[in-house]
Amino acid sequence: MYCSCCFSLPNSSGFSVATMNGQLKKCHIAITSFIDSCSPFLIPSSLSPSLCDSSHNLDSLPIVAVEMIHSLFLINHSGDIFLEKHWKSVIGRSVCDYFFEAKEKAAEPEDVPPVLQTPHHYLISIYRDRLFFLSVIQTEAPPLFVIEFLHRVVETFQDYFGECSETVIKDNVVTVYELLEEMLDNGFPLATESNILKEMIRPPTILRTMVNTLTGTSNFEERLPSGQLSTIPWRRSGVKYTNNEAYFDVIEEIDAIVDKSGTTVCAEIQGVIEACVKLTGMPDLTLSFMNPRLLDDVSFHPCVRFKRWEAERVLSFIPPDGNFTLMSYHVNAQNLVAIPVYVKQNISFFESGSGGRLDLTAGPKQTMGKTVEGLVITVHMPKAVLSASLTATQGSYTYDPATKVLVWDIGRLNPQKLPNLRGSLSLQAGAPKPEDNPSINIALKIQQLAISGLKVNRLDMYGEKYKPFKGVKYVTKAGKFQVRT
Amino acid sequence: GVSGSLQHELCSADGSAARQGDEREEGLRETAMYGCGFSAFRLELKEMLESNKESLKLEAMKRIIGLIAKGKNASELFPAVVKNVANKNIELKKLVYVYLVRYAEEQQDLALLSISTFQRALKDPNQLIRASALRVLSSIRVPIIVPIMMLAIKESASDMSPYVRKTSAHAIQKLYSLDPEQREHLIEVIEKLLKDKSTLVAGSVVMAFEEVCPDRIDLIHKNYRKLCNLLVDVEEWGQVVIISMLTRYARTQFTSPWQENNEKAFYDSDSEEKRDETETKPYMMDPDHRLLLRNTKPLLQSRNTAVVMAVAQLYWHLAPTHEVSAVTKSLVRLLRSHREVQYVVLQNIATMSIQRKGMFEPYMKSFYVRSTDPTHIKTLKLEILTNLANEANISTILREFQTYVKSQDKAFAAATIQAIGRCATNISEVTDTCLNGLVLLLSNRDETVVAESVVVIKKLLQTQPTQHSEIIKHMAKLFDKITVAMARASILWLIGEYCERVPKIAPDVLRKMAKSFTSEEDIVKLQIVNLAAKLYLTNSKQTKLLTQYILNLGKYDQNYDIRDRTRFIRQLIVPNEKSGALSKYARRILLAPKPAPLLQSAFKDRDRYQLGTLSHSLNLKASGYQELSDWPAVAPDQSVRNVEVIEPVLGGPLMLGLIIFGLLLLGGLLLWVSSCVVQQVNEWVPTVGKSKPAKSAKSEDKFYSDSEGEQVDRKGSKNSSSSSNDSSSSSSSSSSSSSSEGPTLNCWMLSGLAVSEPLALTPGPEAGFMTSHPSSLQVTVQPFGPVKSHELLHHMSGKGLSARYHFPRQPFLYQPSMVQLQITLTNASDQPLEGIHLGEHSPASLTLHRFSPVERLEPQASVTVSMGIDFNDSTQAANFQLCTKEAEFSVSIQPAVGELLLPASLTQADFEKEQGKLLGMNETSATITMAEGHCSSAVLNKQVRSMANLGEVITGHNNTHRFAGRTVSSGALVLVTVEKREAADATITVNTDKSVMASMLLRDLKQALASA
Repeated sequence: MYCSCCFSLPNSSGFSVATMNGQLKKCHIAITSFIDSCSPFLIPSSLSPSLCDSSHNLDSLPIVAVEMIHSLFLINHSGDIFLEKHWKSVIGRSVCDYFFEAKEKAAEPEDVPPVLQTPHHYLISIYRDRLFFLSVIQTEAPPLFVIEFLHRVVETFQDYFGECSETVIKDNVVTVYELLEEMLDNGFPLATESNILKEMIRPPTILRTMVNTLTGTSNFEERLPSGQLSTIPWRRSGVKYTNNEAYFDVIEEIDAIVDKSGTTVCAEIQGVIEACVKLTGMPDLTLSFMNPRLLDDVSFHPCVRFKRWEAERVLSFIPPDGNFTLMSYHVNAQNLVAIPVYVKQNISFFESGSGGRLDLTAGPKQTMGKTVEGLVITVHMPKAVLSASLTATQGSYTYDPATKVLVWDIGRLNPQKLPNLRGSLSLQAGAPKPEDNPSINIALKIQQLAISGLKVNRLDMYGEKYKPFKGVKYVTKAGKFQVRT
Repeated sequence: GVSGSLQHELCSADGSAARQGDEREEGLRETAMYGCGFSAFRLELKEMLESNKESLKLEAMKRIIGLIAKGKNASELFPAVVKNVANKNIELKKLVYVYLVRYAEEQQDLALLSISTFQRALKDPNQLIRASALRVLSSIRVPIIVPIMMLAIKESASDMSPYVRKTSAHAIQKLYSLDPEQREHLIEVIEKLLKDKSTLVAGSVVMAFEEVCPDRIDLIHKNYRKLCNLLVDVEEWGQVVIISMLTRYARTQFTSPWQENNEKAFYDSDSEEKRDETETKPYMMDPDHRLLLRNTKPLLQSRNTAVVMAVAQLYWHLAPTHEVSAVTKSLVRLLRSHREVQYVVLQNIATMSIQRKGMFEPYMKSFYVRSTDPTHIKTLKLEILTNLANEANISTILREFQTYVKSQDKAFAAATIQAIGRCATNISEVTDTCLNGLVLLLSNRDETVVAESVVVIKKLLQTQPTQHSEIIKHMAKLFDKITVAMARASILWLIGEYCERVPKIAPDVLRKMAKSFTSEEDIVKLQIVNLAAKLYLTNSKQTKLLTQYILNLGKYDQNYDIRDRTRFIRQLIVPNEKSGALSKYARRILLAPKPAPLLQSAFKDRDRYQLGTLSHSLNLKASGYQELSDWPAVAPDQSVRNVEVIEPVLGGPLMLGLIIFGLLLLGGLLLWVSSCVVQQVNEWVPTVGKSKPAKSAKSEDKFYSDSEGEQVDRKGSKNSSSSSNDSSSSSSSSSSSSSSEGPTLNCWMLSGLAVSEPLALTPGPEAGFMTSHPSSLQVTVQPFGPVKSHELLHHMSGKGLSARYHFPRQPFLYQPSMVQLQITLTNASDQPLEGIHLGEHSPASLTLHRFSPVERLEPQASVTVSMGIDFNDSTQAANFQLCTKEAEFSVSIQPAVGELLLPASLTQADFEKEQGKLLGMNETSATITMAEGHCSSAVLNKQVRSMANLGEVITGHNNTHRFAGRTVSSGALVLVTVEKREAADATITVNTDKSVMASMLLRDLKQALASA
């Protein structure tokens, strides 16, 4: 057990400064003053006219544009472009009009197709944190390549600034630009590992921003990074901590569809192991499970040695510094997934079409003796439902007439006294009885439990002499957990 | 489009007045800040840039970047900005680079002023500075510098730093887009870089290859196997590019593994004839084809969805049919990723599931739709579920579909009805069930649902009209309630088509329609005309007047299609003098049996595009899309991929044979030495016992059986048969070279053997050793005191096997460019461990000499083996596997820089001469304060030499200590000078052209000598 503050971003003091190349001054030797050196220019005069000619002919030549990602536009919820970055020649903003057209057609921002075509370009976009990241490409490229990269950009921003929002991006526009510059070269990903980027561009902190403003110093590392050059690009060299600690969170999510009668239509368990490793030097860790057979399908952070997993079913790795996702997995439960809660529901509308009734009761089902916390039930009502007048025996409810979403925040589930929400729904005047069924989504959390039964056996460290503090925590959550009505 | 491009024009015109919206707001803020207008703000920026204060310059650059990010023009500041290109402040410089790359194209003349700065930086000793200079230089899109870029690329392609070489691969693409005429020269560079063994370079150069010369498949042949082997260690983005290139390559070089003949023969194995047929041309997969499949498979576990998709498409396009399902699980896993990822993956699964239902059927539930999914995801899942439907699962799927029909998302509900229709046509067992279900939906409250049902029912009825007059009647009754035009038109068409089955209802419907004709929509009107015509032909008695009335209405309709149709129908069905021949056939024309529509998947023909591509996602050919070629009927020459490796390590058994041969030649004394050596270096024992020629040297045999017992002997001889197989293959390639080199080699090795035991060091072999070294400067062997040993494998993680290693600091006798390592293996368990050997290693480019396998290690016993690793003068870790019979353990050795050296003995004069050649950027130095105890010459000497394997150069004076060595791998000289100053201060200087090693060595030396 450990507190959640361990998972905050490493601040500036957490970064130790050590150089691989030792010396700093060497970096500057070659770059001397500009004015005295510009005169002897090296192109013979006879050569230049012919070159200029060839440049005129460029338009007529069949050139295949040569980059993956040409440009990036950041667009906010209301459709304003607030940042643009071009990795090659500039593409006008008008290219986004095709995207705006598609956005107009879509009912929700999530419904905009991620891949679009325009007469001369292709647009690939993602929608995250209420922002669109729209990339422009000119030639055939794997769409997943671009999508995956755009998500990495968002994750990097979250990592650097704590969140990814228009305000934060605008406030840190220089850092954002520097990051984008490092992440792509000529449209091809260059440095996407957070550890490498942080060696080159320091994340902002309030203190440093103040100091920078006062002294005019920079948020650039004064030395050059070594990570990009090493065989373990995800870890910097020369990491130092006074308290050496390694924490692992086993987080499992239940994805399920339960039908009206309470029967499980489908259910599966997805898990991730989130790690927070703050260890000095180059530790080599080995993490083993009591019951690795449970893991049906896995994917790893690049640091994990796959061969070792294949042969021995242990995770052997030199960890990145700080927070990272070590692995994600799927549990082979063949529908024998424990469903921790049930929801008894009765939502009906009167034939006359004037209103309806709602009655929801939640109760524990298979909780393995643990307490269900953070229980939230969300109901997406039919369009005709105007308002709801309900009473909850526990927790509080809200109904948003714009989005037609009813949220009932229950909190802790008490098995002795089951929470109930009941009352009446009123419909738009004159609307017919809604034909469609509302769907119910459930969020919950169970501490100290991995619902699949997965257990970490031990964690060993090699390569370093000190004794680290180790911790493993288990949490079960509801993933996409839906009850049909 | 038009308004957008106009807006763009305005923006790029740099008129400050033309900007709107947030631009004005920006202007206001600027005005507020500086108390003057917009252009004054720019003036202010200019002044800031030209000031002497770096903080002001930096602030100005930050604001300029802010302008660029907003898409505003800041080009008029170019002269002021470009002056700062050589500024020492790294951040300022970087921002200037960003600016320069953005505007160089517009300000070509001024941009040229910055070029010399980058040219100079290209020669910087720091690899990162060289790389960054090349990056910016190649990003400046100014045609006049093409020759400079070309030169820089060529030079950087042979840079010793793989990072710089990677940058040069990126630069190739940039130059190519700037000046495609450089293609031929660039191909040369690509060819060179393709040979590169660094994982850092591989992805980038393949990217360049794909852009510049994807047709030059011949450049890949020799690098094919290397790329396959490197793949796992390449960074993830590079993996995607390499996998996609190799997919294309494989389709041109290997024959199809999808030989249908073979499979048939497998099933009909009873029939002798068929078997004979297939035996004439049995399919054998090319080992290189198999290599690709094997080496890409682990990447299915990548966290990068693009990598997983790349492997999936590779398997789809290259793997034998029964192996493709290996990718299913991983693709299904991707469905838990972001919405956009789901979208692309589902599209690909939709295409795959048409051809191979079996692949995804077990995962059917993963495609169940949630109400929270976006519409395009829902539709794709529906598509896949429909593709997967078969007799066995159809009831489950239909039950699921019933839920979807009730969805709030009406577009999705409509799509579900279409899907039900498709299931009904594809699976005849459920046609009736589906039809009944759809008929029930006709009474749904929602119009879209009803309309879609009608349309689908119409299609279904067409496939089997005979028995469904009841449904047609039912629909005719519903007709009044239905308002959606398409649905009304469909019902009218049905009634018209099958009017003879509903003889009473049809004329009545026509009567109603005649009444409402004018208020109907166009498609409905057309169908009314159709219905009228068909009834006129079949039942003219009741409908003649109605028909004429409708035709008259149609004649004066506003829509010319309807007027046209009316005119045509009238001529066709109403006989008059003019119509003549055609009206005789009116019945056959209008009431011809019509083919039922095919209800097909929208993804039916998507498989013409390679999976995972943009073209596949868009279902159209994207520019730059390259068709995947068909398998060749006959495989092209396989030998093109053979690489004539000059094996750095000769085959083990052959080598030993030679050694022993040499020993025999050298006679009794040396024989004694050799047995002595064997005694010392006990890991040699089993190997010597194995090799056939050793049988003649009886002393070894005897020694061997004495120490290890007969049991092991038997094992050894068993093993020799298998190892002789190996040796035959390796000897064929290397025998010619080894036979000529034999004697020298022997002599050299012998000295190595001798050297490893200091007592046996004799002047004779030593001389031989020296002459065999390529350089004129001799390397002396001065083994230094107690060596530090490091843990390689802990017994807890090694299941009882523990391993420690140390650097004996001897030249490695098999291969001088390798660093020798001794590994002590200990069995800490209570079971004997068998067959301890070296497994696979990474990076694949790493060359190492394996130690000979240890057959058996008794509990608590330990054995020391020696191996060699060519670290290539870098401290990159060598990773390999230590294997026992039962398990494999991955281990890693990262050498200290001092262990990558061998001492060289130089005279003081030589030292100074060599030092003179290594000045300037080949010199690194630092001043330190030495620790108390380190001041005396002897201690200093000891400290330096324990840290690095260097030889001391005897010098005249006391205050300067000189040490010399060579890097093991490339033999580059490394000279270290420690000069004592007053008090405890000292200057350490390192001279070598290996600048990375120099700085690392300096750092280590500082640590070793400095006070704590």
